[in-house]
Amino acid sequence: MLSMTTAPAPREITTQPRRSDRIFRRVVTAGGLSSLVILSLITIFLAYRGFEVLRQEGLRFITSSQWSITTDDAGNVVESHFGLAAMLVGTILCAFIAVVIALPISVASALFLNFYSPQWLKKFLVAVIDMMAAFPSILFGIWGFLVLMPSAEYWAKILNHHLGFIPVLKIAPYVVTRSPFVAGVVLAIMIIPIITSVSREVFSQTPLDRIQAAYALGATRWGMIKAVVLPYGRSGVIGGAMLGLGRAMGETVAVFTVLNIVFQVNWHILLGAGGNVASLIILKFGEASPYEIKALMAAGLVLFILTLMVNAIADLIVKKTGKSGR
Amino acid sequence: MSTVQPTRPWVATTADRVRDGLIFVVSIAISYGLVAATPLKGKLAYFFTFFAILTLANGLNGFLRYGFAAAKDAAIKTLVGVGALLTVMPIASILATVISKGYKGIKPNLFTQDMSLATPTDPLNNGGILHAISGTLILVFLSLIMSVPLGILTALYLTEIKGRFSKPIKFLVQAMSGVPSIVAGLFILSAVLYPITKGYSGFMGALALTILMIPTVARTSEEVLNLIPQDLREAGTALGGTQWRTVAMIVLPAARSGLITAMILGVARIAGETAPLLLLTGGGDKVNGNPFHDPIGSLPYYIWKSFNAGSEEAITRAWAGLLVLVVLILILFTTARFLSTRKVSR
Repeated sequence: MLSMTTAPAPREITTQPRRSDRIFRRVVTAGGLSSLVILSLITIFLAYRGFEVLRQEGLRFITSSQWSITTDDAGNVVESHFGLAAMLVGTILCAFIAVVIALPISVASALFLNFYSPQWLKKFLVAVIDMMAAFPSILFGIWGFLVLMPSAEYWAKILNHHLGFIPVLKIAPYVVTRSPFVAGVVLAIMIIPIITSVSREVFSQTPLDRIQAAYALGATRWGMIKAVVLPYGRSGVIGGAMLGLGRAMGETVAVFTVLNIVFQVNWHILLGAGGNVASLIILKFGEASPYEIKALMAAGLVLFILTLMVNAIADLIVKKTGKSGR
Repeated sequence: MSTVQPTRPWVATTADRVRDGLIFVVSIAISYGLVAATPLKGKLAYFFTFFAILTLANGLNGFLRYGFAAAKDAAIKTLVGVGALLTVMPIASILATVISKGYKGIKPNLFTQDMSLATPTDPLNNGGILHAISGTLILVFLSLIMSVPLGILTALYLTEIKGRFSKPIKFLVQAMSGVPSIVAGLFILSAVLYPITKGYSGFMGALALTILMIPTVARTSEEVLNLIPQDLREAGTALGGTQWRTVAMIVLPAARSGLITAMILGVARIAGETAPLLLLTGGGDKVNGNPFHDPIGSLPYYIWKSFNAGSEEAITRAWAGLLVLVVLILILFTTARFLSTRKVSR
């Protein structure tokens, strides 16, 4: 007689994930939230360290430009004034100059890469431009100081000579070394790869049927670009420019080497006196007292929030690509 | 009976090429003449006159042959080419300068000595960058083992789990890639160095670099994982695999070379990062193999220190350091490119 074997109990069919999967999903989610955790920790810690200074200075922290601290022999703080106005104005000014210079060049080269260049050249140029985006800022800084600055000063003099009647292009007293203009040119060179690759990406998404429709209607290449590509990619290009702006604002070493930091609001871009929040931190960090370090933390917080805002807006604008246009 | 031969009117004929060449040569001649005849002078003037004349000449050629629309088209074509040239010119200049100035500082002792018995202003046959290279390797290694798991987990969340935090996390990763490096340095200073360790060390620097590296790794990995065909995941599930087994045994191995590319790009991003290291590592001059204790040197710190010392020898040292750094980044980049050409292996 064959012994009766009991049939295996039917497996329970369920949509519940197994335990291994539940653990897996939890671990991955925890890892995925790391960016949220890190960003909030940055905000919390900088705000916590800078709180004392922020409370003492109040709104003056971003409206005044005086940065001084006096301590007695025992190292106690007697008097202190911390104001970031000049640094903030300088940061925005340099970043703005950089974008104004970089944007037309980047859009032109993105158009060249997508619609004019032969394939082999395009491949090569894309590799070169991507690599340039990964070059360290200290390289741009030292190259900018030793190689570019003499030329940039010469350009500044020409600009002043021919367009000196425009208020922002005045130089008085006549000092052109280490001006915001020079820093702006260095920053422009640093952000051209970023804006170029965002624009290139956006332009390459232009629907082929629209391009071909334009050609079929007899448009020249420029006619096609003007009617189809530019309207389609406009918001993407603006977003890319904002991304470059954010990068330019947070840049530290490259600006520090080519910019003369002066604690006075200066709107004259060719004059050798500028400000920059990130460079201020490097400049003052070495000999700062514990209290001044707190002020620097607060300055870091302001810079962090500023770049975060610019980046967030950039991100939103880039995502809108394709919704505009005809 | 004759058949109509197909023609290719869009391909440039020999006559077109000759005409373009002539326009180019004539533009050079005219701009030389202009720079010589007028008060304009210098490379800048030459450059700009040449391109203005070339643009005009191409436009005129188009106008004479096909009318106004063609004129605009030809002029824009020239301008766009100038834009691409302006993009590439700085990088050519940077590479040329780094090589021409840096090679003078490359001496055998550069790779066998550290700076503990030398100052940046010493003659070049004294002292080297052994401490800097070893320090940079340690920093990169530490940040690699911290940022790669977090970066890849973030990418897995976005591609495999697609939970309700997907959108905010994508946004935050984007925002994180814009965090200024100095802010990352200040954060570690305020959150770890002051309250806990109270001293410079390589680990502090690596923590700050990790923050800067995570977004690069996460975004590149996400792109790579999105390229893995959905069929593979479905096949894994159909064979009875749990999600965990499918991801670990099928998706990740399939994406292996792409994930390595992501790591390499992350390393390239941080290898030359300077600002946080100035705040956190203290920049020792001696070879220091212990990242948890005492200041540690690194290539960017060495370059910074030499550059600020200012003498001719010191500046040459800085260029030599930059040359080593650039070669390192070039190698990393070429490897990444090579790997990413075969994005999905097996």
